[in-house]
Amino acid sequence: MEPLGDELAREGIELELFIQAMHRRHGYDFSQYAPASLRRRVRQLAERFGCDSISALTGRALHEPKLLPQLLEGLSVPVSDMFRDPAVFRALREKVLPLLASYPQINIWQAGCAHGEEVYSLAILLEEEGLYERSRIFATDLSANALRQAEEGIYPLREAKQWSRNYQAAGGTRSLVDYYNARYDLLKLDDQLRRNITFAQHNLASDRVFCEAHLVLCRNVLIYFSNPLQDHCLALFRDSLVRGGFLCLGMCESIDFADSAGDFAAADASLRIYRLAANGAAMAAP
Amino acid sequence: MMNAAAIVVGCSTGGLDALKLLLGGLDRRLPQPLLVCCHTGSETIELLCELLGRVSALPVIAAAERHAVRGGHVQLAPTGYHLLVEPDRRFALTTDPRVNHSRPSIDVLFASAATVWREALIGVVLTGASADGAEGLRLVRRAGGCAIVQSPADAQIPVMPQAALDRAGADYCVPLNDIPPLLNRLCLP
Repeated sequence: MEPLGDELAREGIELELFIQAMHRRHGYDFSQYAPASLRRRVRQLAERFGCDSISALTGRALHEPKLLPQLLEGLSVPVSDMFRDPAVFRALREKVLPLLASYPQINIWQAGCAHGEEVYSLAILLEEEGLYERSRIFATDLSANALRQAEEGIYPLREAKQWSRNYQAAGGTRSLVDYYNARYDLLKLDDQLRRNITFAQHNLASDRVFCEAHLVLCRNVLIYFSNPLQDHCLALFRDSLVRGGFLCLGMCESIDFADSAGDFAAADASLRIYRLAANGAAMAAP
Repeated sequence: MMNAAAIVVGCSTGGLDALKLLLGGLDRRLPQPLLVCCHTGSETIELLCELLGRVSALPVIAAAERHAVRGGHVQLAPTGYHLLVEPDRRFALTTDPRVNHSRPSIDVLFASAATVWREALIGVVLTGASADGAEGLRLVRRAGGCAIVQSPADAQIPVMPQAALDRAGADYCVPLNDIPPLLNRLCLP
Protein backbone atom coordinates (compact mmCIF):
# COMPACT_ATOMS: atom_id res chain seq x y z
CA MET A 1 0.00 0.00 0.00
CA GLU A 2 1.21 3.52 -0.81
CA PRO A 3 2.32 5.29 2.40
CA LEU A 4 -0.34 7.77 3.49
CA GLY A 5 2.13 10.64 3.45
CA ASP A 6 2.79 10.07 -0.26
CA GLU A 7 -0.89 9.61 -0.95
CA LEU A 8 -1.77 12.90 0.75
CA ALA A 9 0.99 14.75 -1.08
CA ARG A 10 -0.20 13.35 -4.42
CA GLU A 11 -3.80 14.17 -3.58
CA GLY A 12 -2.76 17.72 -2.69
CA ILE A 13 -1.37 18.16 -6.20
CA GLU A 14 -4.49 16.63 -7.73
CA LEU A 15 -6.64 19.02 -5.73
CA GLU A 16 -4.64 22.02 -6.96
CA LEU A 17 -5.04 20.86 -10.55
CA PHE A 18 -8.77 20.35 -10.10
CA ILE A 19 -9.11 23.88 -8.71
CA GLN A 20 -7.14 25.22 -11.66
CA ALA A 21 -9.32 23.32 -14.11
CA MET A 22 -12.50 24.67 -12.55
CA HIS A 23 -11.12 28.18 -12.70
CA ARG A 24 -9.65 28.16 -16.20
CA ARG A 25 -12.25 25.96 -17.88
CA HIS A 26 -15.37 27.21 -16.12
CA GLY A 27 -14.45 30.51 -14.47
CA TYR A 28 -15.16 29.39 -10.90
CA ASP A 29 -12.36 30.06 -8.44
CA PHE A 30 -12.27 27.75 -5.43
CA SER A 31 -8.67 28.55 -4.52
CA GLN A 32 -9.78 30.66 -1.56
CA TYR A 33 -11.96 27.97 -0.03
CA ALA A 34 -10.89 26.49 3.31
CA PRO A 35 -8.70 23.49 2.42
CA ALA A 36 -9.89 20.77 4.83
CA SER A 37 -13.56 20.86 3.85
CA LEU A 38 -12.81 21.47 0.16
CA ARG A 39 -10.61 18.38 0.05
CA ARG A 40 -13.39 16.39 1.65
CA ARG A 41 -16.02 17.62 -0.77
CA VAL A 42 -13.91 17.08 -3.87
CA ARG A 43 -13.13 13.54 -2.66
CA GLN A 44 -16.84 12.88 -2.22
CA LEU A 45 -17.60 14.39 -5.60
CA ALA A 46 -15.04 12.10 -7.24
CA GLU A 47 -16.67 9.14 -5.52
CA ARG A 48 -20.15 10.21 -6.59
CA PHE A 49 -19.00 10.42 -10.21
CA GLY A 50 -17.41 6.99 -9.98
CA CYS A 51 -13.90 8.42 -10.36
CA ASP A 52 -11.15 6.60 -8.50
CA SER A 53 -9.04 9.73 -8.13
CA ILE A 54 -9.42 13.51 -8.13
CA SER A 55 -7.41 13.55 -11.38
CA ALA A 56 -10.10 11.44 -13.04
CA LEU A 57 -12.70 13.94 -11.85
CA THR A 58 -10.58 16.78 -13.25
CA GLY A 59 -10.57 14.99 -16.60
CA ARG A 60 -14.34 14.89 -16.66
CA ALA A 61 -14.61 18.50 -15.51
CA LEU A 62 -12.43 19.50 -18.46
CA HIS A 63 -14.08 17.33 -21.09
CA GLU A 64 -17.73 17.36 -20.10
CA PRO A 65 -18.91 20.96 -19.63
CA LYS A 66 -22.48 19.78 -19.09
CA LEU A 67 -21.36 18.41 -15.71
CA LEU A 68 -20.71 21.93 -14.40
CA PRO A 69 -24.05 22.35 -12.58
CA GLN A 70 -23.56 19.05 -10.74
CA LEU A 71 -19.97 19.95 -9.88
CA LEU A 72 -21.00 23.32 -8.48
CA GLU A 73 -23.81 21.70 -6.52
CA GLY A 74 -21.45 19.18 -4.97
CA LEU A 75 -18.92 21.86 -4.10
CA SER A 76 -21.30 24.36 -2.59
CA VAL A 77 -24.52 23.11 -1.04
CA PRO A 78 -24.65 22.92 2.70
CA VAL A 79 -27.79 21.54 4.27
CA SER A 80 -30.04 23.59 6.48
CA ASP A 81 -33.37 23.50 8.27
CA MET A 82 -36.32 25.82 8.51
CA PHE A 83 -35.78 28.15 11.46
CA ARG A 84 -32.39 26.57 12.15
CA ASP A 85 -31.15 28.05 15.45
CA PRO A 86 -34.61 29.27 16.54
CA ALA A 87 -33.12 31.87 18.89
CA VAL A 88 -31.72 33.67 15.84
CA PHE A 89 -35.08 33.80 14.08
CA ARG A 90 -36.73 34.93 17.31
CA ALA A 91 -34.23 37.78 17.56
CA LEU A 92 -34.83 38.71 13.93
CA ARG A 93 -38.55 38.78 14.62
CA GLU A 94 -38.42 40.65 17.91
CA LYS A 95 -35.39 42.91 17.59
CA VAL A 96 -34.46 43.39 13.94
CA LEU A 97 -37.73 43.50 12.00
CA PRO A 98 -39.26 46.20 14.23
CA LEU A 99 -36.33 48.44 13.29
CA LEU A 100 -36.58 47.58 9.60
CA ALA A 101 -40.31 48.41 9.75
CA SER A 102 -39.43 52.09 9.51
CA TYR A 103 -38.34 51.68 5.89
CA PRO A 104 -40.97 52.00 3.14
CA GLN A 105 -39.32 49.14 1.23
CA ILE A 106 -37.30 46.39 2.92
CA ASN A 107 -34.61 44.59 0.94
CA ILE A 108 -33.15 41.40 2.32
CA TRP A 109 -30.28 39.48 0.76
CA GLN A 110 -29.85 35.85 1.71
CA ALA A 111 -26.40 34.97 0.38
CA GLY A 112 -25.77 31.26 -0.15
CA CYS A 113 -29.40 30.21 0.24
CA ALA A 114 -28.78 26.57 -0.81
CA HIS A 115 -32.12 24.76 -0.86
CA GLY A 116 -33.99 27.73 0.55
CA GLU A 117 -35.12 26.48 3.96
CA GLU A 118 -34.09 29.70 5.66
CA VAL A 119 -35.42 31.92 2.86
CA TYR A 120 -38.92 30.62 3.42
CA SER A 121 -38.46 30.88 7.18
CA LEU A 122 -37.71 34.54 6.63
CA ALA A 123 -40.75 34.98 4.39
CA ILE A 124 -42.94 33.49 7.12
CA LEU A 125 -41.47 35.88 9.70
CA LEU A 126 -42.14 38.87 7.46
CA GLU A 127 -45.65 37.64 6.70
CA GLU A 128 -46.50 37.23 10.38
CA GLU A 129 -45.05 40.61 11.28
CA GLY A 130 -47.14 42.28 8.57
CA LEU A 131 -44.10 43.42 6.59
CA TYR A 132 -44.02 41.03 3.68
CA GLU A 133 -46.00 43.20 1.24
CA ARG A 134 -43.24 45.80 1.25
CA SER A 135 -40.35 43.37 1.43
CA ARG A 136 -38.20 41.82 -1.27
CA ILE A 137 -35.90 38.87 -0.57
CA PHE A 138 -32.99 38.29 -2.91
CA ALA A 139 -31.97 34.67 -2.45
CA THR A 140 -28.69 33.88 -4.15
CA ASP A 141 -26.48 30.86 -4.49
CA LEU A 142 -23.52 29.67 -6.53
CA SER A 143 -25.37 26.57 -7.65
CA ALA A 144 -28.16 26.74 -10.25
CA ASN A 145 -29.31 23.26 -9.22
CA ALA A 146 -29.67 24.33 -5.60
CA LEU A 147 -31.61 27.43 -6.67
CA ARG A 148 -33.99 25.33 -8.76
CA GLN A 149 -34.74 23.16 -5.72
CA ALA A 150 -35.07 26.23 -3.50
CA GLU A 151 -37.58 27.71 -5.92
CA GLU A 152 -39.71 24.56 -5.80
CA GLY A 153 -40.01 24.69 -2.03
CA ILE A 154 -40.41 20.92 -1.74
CA TYR A 155 -38.78 19.09 1.17
CA PRO A 156 -38.90 15.67 2.84
CA LEU A 157 -41.92 15.42 5.11
CA ARG A 158 -39.81 13.73 7.80
CA GLU A 159 -38.31 17.16 8.54
CA ALA A 160 -41.70 18.67 9.43
CA LYS A 161 -41.70 17.67 13.08
CA GLN A 162 -38.32 19.26 13.85
CA TRP A 163 -39.11 22.32 11.74
CA SER A 164 -42.42 22.82 13.57
CA ARG A 165 -40.58 22.72 16.88
CA ASN A 166 -38.07 25.22 15.53
CA TYR A 167 -40.87 27.46 14.26
CA GLN A 168 -42.58 27.49 17.66
CA ALA A 169 -39.29 28.11 19.47
CA ALA A 170 -38.66 31.02 17.10
CA GLY A 171 -41.87 32.68 18.28
CA GLY A 172 -44.20 31.48 15.50
CA THR A 173 -47.72 32.82 16.01
CA ARG A 174 -49.53 30.18 13.97
CA SER A 175 -48.73 26.59 13.12
CA LEU A 176 -46.16 25.62 10.52
CA VAL A 177 -48.75 23.27 9.00
CA ASP A 178 -50.59 26.40 7.80
CA TYR A 179 -47.75 27.02 5.35
CA TYR A 180 -47.44 23.69 3.57
CA ASN A 181 -49.28 20.82 1.95
CA ALA A 182 -48.13 17.29 2.59
CA ARG A 183 -48.36 14.58 0.00
CA TYR A 184 -46.83 11.12 0.36
CA ASP A 185 -43.47 11.74 1.97
CA LEU A 186 -43.00 15.31 0.77
CA LEU A 187 -44.11 18.71 1.93
CA LYS A 188 -44.64 21.62 -0.44
CA LEU A 189 -44.55 25.15 0.91
CA ASP A 190 -47.35 27.55 0.01
CA ASP A 191 -46.64 29.24 -3.37
CA GLN A 192 -47.77 32.52 -1.82
CA LEU A 193 -44.61 32.58 0.28
CA ARG A 194 -42.56 32.88 -2.89
CA ARG A 195 -44.29 35.99 -4.19
CA ASN A 196 -41.62 38.44 -3.01
CA ILE A 197 -38.57 36.24 -3.37
CA THR A 198 -36.15 36.61 -6.27
CA PHE A 199 -33.84 33.64 -6.77
CA ALA A 200 -30.61 34.39 -8.64
CA GLN A 201 -27.20 32.90 -9.23
CA HIS A 202 -24.41 34.84 -7.53
CA ASN A 203 -20.82 33.92 -6.79
CA LEU A 204 -19.58 35.53 -3.57
CA ALA A 205 -15.97 35.05 -4.68
CA SER A 206 -16.29 37.03 -7.91
CA ASP A 207 -19.65 38.81 -8.31
CA ARG A 208 -20.45 42.28 -7.08
CA VAL A 209 -23.05 44.00 -4.97
CA PHE A 210 -26.39 44.10 -6.77
CA CYS A 211 -28.81 45.67 -4.30
CA GLU A 212 -29.11 48.03 -1.37
CA ALA A 213 -29.97 45.73 1.50
CA HIS A 214 -31.38 46.42 4.97
CA LEU A 215 -30.56 42.93 6.16
CA VAL A 216 -28.05 40.39 4.87
CA LEU A 217 -28.24 36.79 5.99
CA CYS A 218 -25.29 34.60 5.20
CA ARG A 219 -25.35 31.67 7.56
CA ASN A 220 -22.83 28.86 7.53
CA VAL A 221 -21.46 29.89 4.15
CA LEU A 222 -18.32 31.82 5.07
CA ILE A 223 -17.22 28.86 7.23
CA TYR A 224 -16.19 27.25 3.93
CA PHE A 225 -13.95 30.18 3.00
CA SER A 226 -10.37 31.06 3.89
CA ASN A 227 -9.74 34.23 5.91
CA PRO A 228 -9.08 36.47 2.86
CA LEU A 229 -12.25 35.35 1.07
CA GLN A 230 -14.26 35.70 4.27
CA ASP A 231 -12.94 39.24 4.57
CA HIS A 232 -13.81 39.93 0.92
CA CYS A 233 -17.40 38.80 1.53
CA LEU A 234 -17.79 40.90 4.67
CA ALA A 235 -16.67 43.92 2.62
CA LEU A 236 -19.25 42.97 -0.02
CA PHE A 237 -21.99 42.85 2.61
CA ARG A 238 -20.83 46.17 4.04
CA ASP A 239 -21.06 47.77 0.60
CA SER A 240 -24.51 46.32 0.07
CA LEU A 241 -25.97 47.34 3.44
CA VAL A 242 -27.57 50.68 4.26
CA ARG A 243 -26.16 52.51 7.28
CA GLY A 244 -27.41 50.73 10.36
CA GLY A 245 -28.33 47.69 8.28
CA PHE A 246 -28.05 44.22 9.81
CA LEU A 247 -25.84 41.25 9.06
CA CYS A 248 -26.66 37.79 10.37
CA LEU A 249 -24.06 35.02 10.24
CA GLY A 250 -24.09 31.39 11.43
CA MET A 251 -24.03 30.86 15.18
CA CYS A 252 -20.51 29.43 15.38
CA GLU A 253 -18.85 31.75 12.87
CA SER A 254 -15.87 33.81 13.90
CA ILE A 255 -14.99 37.14 12.29
CA ASP A 256 -12.11 37.73 14.70
CA PHE A 257 -9.52 37.59 11.92
CA ALA A 258 -11.24 39.76 9.28
CA ASP A 259 -10.28 43.41 8.78
CA SER A 260 -13.77 44.25 7.51
CA ALA A 261 -15.26 43.06 10.79
CA GLY A 262 -14.28 46.47 12.15
CA ASP A 263 -17.09 48.02 10.10
CA PHE A 264 -19.66 46.08 12.07
CA ALA A 265 -20.80 46.33 15.67
CA ALA A 266 -22.33 43.37 17.48
CA ALA A 267 -26.07 43.74 17.94
CA ASP A 268 -26.18 40.31 19.56
CA ALA A 269 -22.74 38.75 19.67
CA SER A 270 -23.83 35.27 20.75
CA LEU A 271 -26.38 35.06 17.91
CA ARG A 272 -23.88 36.56 15.42
CA ILE A 273 -26.16 39.45 14.51
CA TYR A 274 -24.19 42.57 13.58
CA ARG A 275 -25.02 46.08 12.55
CA LEU A 276 -23.20 48.21 10.01
CA ALA A 277 -21.64 51.02 11.97
CA ALA A 278 -22.47 54.56 10.87
CA ASN A 279 -19.47 56.48 9.48
CA GLY A 280 -17.27 53.46 10.01
CA ALA A 281 -17.35 53.99 13.79
CA ALA A 282 -18.78 51.43 16.15
CA MET A 283 -22.45 52.06 16.82
CA ALA A 284 -24.44 51.14 19.88
CA ALA A 285 -26.43 47.94 19.77
CA PRO A 286 -30.17 48.40 19.29
CA MET B 1 6.49 6.87 24.68
CA MET B 2 5.87 8.43 21.28
CA ASN B 3 6.17 11.89 19.82
CA ALA B 4 2.51 12.74 20.25
CA ALA B 5 1.41 16.15 19.00
CA ALA B 6 -2.33 15.81 19.48
CA ILE B 7 -5.07 13.53 20.82
CA VAL B 8 -8.52 13.02 19.28
CA VAL B 9 -11.30 11.33 21.22
CA GLY B 10 -14.66 10.04 19.98
CA CYS B 11 -17.62 8.79 21.98
CA SER B 12 -21.38 8.61 21.83
CA THR B 13 -23.95 6.95 24.12
CA GLY B 14 -22.45 6.74 27.61
CA GLY B 15 -19.80 9.23 26.56
CA LEU B 16 -20.43 11.82 29.25
CA ASP B 17 -19.52 9.47 32.11
CA ALA B 18 -16.61 8.06 30.16
CA LEU B 19 -15.25 11.53 29.39
CA LYS B 20 -15.51 12.58 33.03
CA LEU B 21 -13.36 9.65 34.03
CA LEU B 22 -10.93 10.11 31.16
CA LEU B 23 -10.42 13.86 31.57
CA GLY B 24 -10.30 13.59 35.38
CA GLY B 25 -7.37 11.19 35.18
CA LEU B 26 -5.17 13.21 32.85
CA ASP B 27 -1.98 14.86 34.00
CA ARG B 28 -2.48 18.62 34.05
CA ARG B 29 0.96 19.12 32.50
CA LEU B 30 -0.08 17.51 29.20
CA PRO B 31 1.08 19.91 26.50
CA GLN B 32 -0.97 18.36 23.66
CA PRO B 33 -4.35 19.57 22.46
CA LEU B 34 -7.15 17.10 23.10
CA LEU B 35 -10.00 17.31 20.59
CA VAL B 36 -13.27 15.63 21.48
CA CYS B 37 -16.23 14.67 19.34
CA CYS B 38 -19.12 13.49 21.50
CA HIS B 39 -22.63 12.99 20.11
CA THR B 40 -24.58 14.74 22.81
CA GLY B 41 -27.96 15.58 21.39
CA SER B 42 -27.92 18.74 23.46
CA GLU B 43 -28.68 22.11 21.90
CA THR B 44 -25.40 23.75 22.76
CA ILE B 45 -21.95 22.65 23.70
CA GLU B 46 -21.49 25.15 26.54
CA LEU B 47 -23.28 23.00 29.10
CA LEU B 48 -21.10 20.01 28.28
CA CYS B 49 -17.96 22.17 28.57
CA GLU B 50 -19.06 23.29 31.99
CA LEU B 51 -19.93 19.79 33.21
CA LEU B 52 -16.63 18.36 32.04
CA GLY B 53 -14.66 21.40 33.13
CA ARG B 54 -15.58 20.68 36.74
CA VAL B 55 -13.80 17.33 36.74
CA SER B 56 -11.20 17.71 33.99
CA ALA B 57 -7.54 18.20 34.76
CA LEU B 58 -7.28 20.45 31.69
CA PRO B 59 -9.46 23.44 30.79
CA VAL B 60 -12.46 22.45 28.61
CA ILE B 61 -13.64 24.82 25.87
CA ALA B 62 -15.66 24.67 22.66
CA ALA B 63 -13.52 24.50 19.52
CA ALA B 64 -13.74 27.97 17.99
CA GLU B 65 -14.00 28.44 14.22
CA ARG B 66 -10.78 29.76 12.59
CA HIS B 67 -8.98 29.85 15.95
CA ALA B 68 -5.75 27.96 16.50
CA VAL B 69 -5.86 24.56 18.14
CA ARG B 70 -4.69 25.10 21.72
CA GLY B 71 -2.23 22.84 23.46
CA GLY B 72 -3.04 21.79 27.01
CA HIS B 73 -6.76 22.33 26.40
CA VAL B 74 -9.67 20.01 25.83
CA GLN B 75 -11.65 21.33 22.85
CA LEU B 76 -15.12 20.00 22.05
CA ALA B 77 -16.81 19.88 18.65
CA PRO B 78 -19.84 22.22 18.73
CA THR B 79 -23.28 20.65 18.37
CA GLY B 80 -24.61 20.60 14.82
CA TYR B 81 -21.29 21.10 13.01
CA HIS B 82 -18.56 18.84 11.76
CA LEU B 83 -15.21 19.80 13.27
CA LEU B 84 -12.11 19.68 11.08
CA VAL B 85 -8.51 20.76 11.50
CA GLU B 86 -6.88 22.82 8.74
CA PRO B 87 -3.30 22.19 7.60
CA ASP B 88 -2.25 25.32 9.53
CA ARG B 89 -3.73 23.77 12.71
CA ARG B 90 -6.75 25.98 12.96
CA PHE B 91 -10.29 24.76 13.48
CA ALA B 92 -12.84 24.67 10.68
CA LEU B 93 -16.54 23.89 10.99
CA THR B 94 -18.92 22.68 8.30
CA THR B 95 -22.64 22.04 8.02
CA ASP B 96 -22.13 19.25 5.47
CA PRO B 97 -24.64 16.40 5.71
CA ARG B 98 -24.49 14.03 8.65
CA VAL B 99 -22.00 11.18 8.52
CA ASN B 100 -23.08 7.95 10.25
CA HIS B 101 -26.25 9.86 11.21
CA SER B 102 -24.09 12.26 13.17
CA ARG B 103 -22.95 15.86 13.03
CA PRO B 104 -20.40 16.28 14.47
CA SER B 105 -19.01 13.02 13.16
CA ILE B 106 -16.01 11.32 14.74
CA ASP B 107 -14.89 10.00 11.35
CA VAL B 108 -14.73 13.54 9.92
CA LEU B 109 -12.66 14.87 12.84
CA PHE B 110 -10.29 11.88 12.90
CA ALA B 111 -9.77 11.95 9.12
CA SER B 112 -8.78 15.62 9.04
CA ALA B 113 -6.62 15.29 12.19
CA ALA B 114 -4.83 12.29 10.67
CA THR B 115 -4.11 14.36 7.57
CA VAL B 116 -2.56 17.08 9.70
CA TRP B 117 -0.69 15.22 12.45
CA ARG B 118 -0.12 11.84 10.79
CA GLU B 119 2.12 9.62 12.96
CA ALA B 120 2.06 12.13 15.83
CA LEU B 121 -1.67 11.64 16.45
CA ILE B 122 -3.34 9.50 19.08
CA GLY B 123 -6.94 8.44 18.38
CA VAL B 124 -9.19 7.21 21.18
CA VAL B 125 -12.58 5.52 20.68
CA LEU B 126 -14.83 5.06 23.71
CA THR B 127 -18.35 3.82 24.42
CA GLY B 128 -21.13 4.37 21.87
CA ALA B 129 -24.00 2.86 19.96
CA SER B 130 -22.92 3.53 16.37
CA ALA B 131 -20.02 2.69 14.10
CA ASP B 132 -18.87 6.30 13.85
CA GLY B 133 -15.15 6.58 14.50
CA ALA B 134 -14.21 3.19 13.05
CA GLU B 135 -13.19 4.52 9.63
CA GLY B 136 -11.57 7.56 11.25
CA LEU B 137 -9.48 5.38 13.52
CA ARG B 138 -8.44 3.27 10.52
CA LEU B 139 -7.11 6.45 8.89
CA VAL B 140 -5.28 7.44 12.08
CA ARG B 141 -3.46 4.10 12.05
CA ARG B 142 -2.90 4.23 8.30
CA ALA B 143 -1.13 7.57 8.82
CA GLY B 144 1.10 5.92 11.42
CA GLY B 145 -0.73 7.28 14.44
CA CYS B 146 -1.59 5.39 17.60
CA ALA B 147 -5.05 3.87 18.22
CA ILE B 148 -6.53 3.34 21.66
CA VAL B 149 -9.89 1.61 22.00
CA GLN B 150 -11.85 1.07 25.19
CA SER B 151 -12.37 -2.67 25.70
CA PRO B 152 -15.90 -3.37 24.47
CA ALA B 153 -16.59 -5.51 27.55
CA ASP B 154 -15.77 -2.49 29.71
CA ALA B 155 -17.81 0.03 27.70
CA GLN B 156 -21.30 1.11 28.70
CA ILE B 157 -22.31 0.46 25.06
CA PRO B 158 -19.83 -1.83 23.27
CA VAL B 159 -20.97 -1.20 19.67
CA MET B 160 -18.64 1.68 18.86
CA PRO B 161 -15.39 0.31 20.32
CA GLN B 162 -16.18 -3.08 18.76
CA ALA B 163 -16.75 -1.49 15.34
CA ALA B 164 -13.45 0.38 15.70
CA LEU B 165 -11.60 -2.83 16.59
CA ASP B 166 -13.18 -4.67 13.67
CA ARG B 167 -12.32 -1.99 11.14
CA ALA B 168 -9.10 -0.46 12.45
CA GLY B 169 -7.69 -2.73 15.09
CA ALA B 170 -5.89 -1.03 17.95
CA ASP B 171 -2.47 -0.48 19.43
CA TYR B 172 -4.06 -0.59 22.86
CA CYS B 173 -7.41 -2.11 23.78
CA VAL B 174 -7.85 -1.45 27.49
CA PRO B 175 -10.53 -0.67 30.09
CA LEU B 176 -11.46 2.98 30.51
CA ASN B 177 -9.65 3.23 33.86
CA ASP B 178 -6.36 2.44 32.17
CA ILE B 179 -6.68 5.03 29.40
CA PRO B 180 -5.74 8.20 31.37
CA PRO B 181 -2.46 6.73 32.73
CA LEU B 182 -1.72 5.34 29.27
CA LEU B 183 -2.22 8.77 27.68
CA ASN B 184 -0.10 10.41 30.37
CA ARG B 185 2.67 7.91 29.70
CA LEU B 186 2.47 8.33 25.92
CA CYS B 187 2.22 12.10 26.00
CA LEU B 188 4.53 13.35 28.71
CA PRO B 189 8.22 13.65 27.89
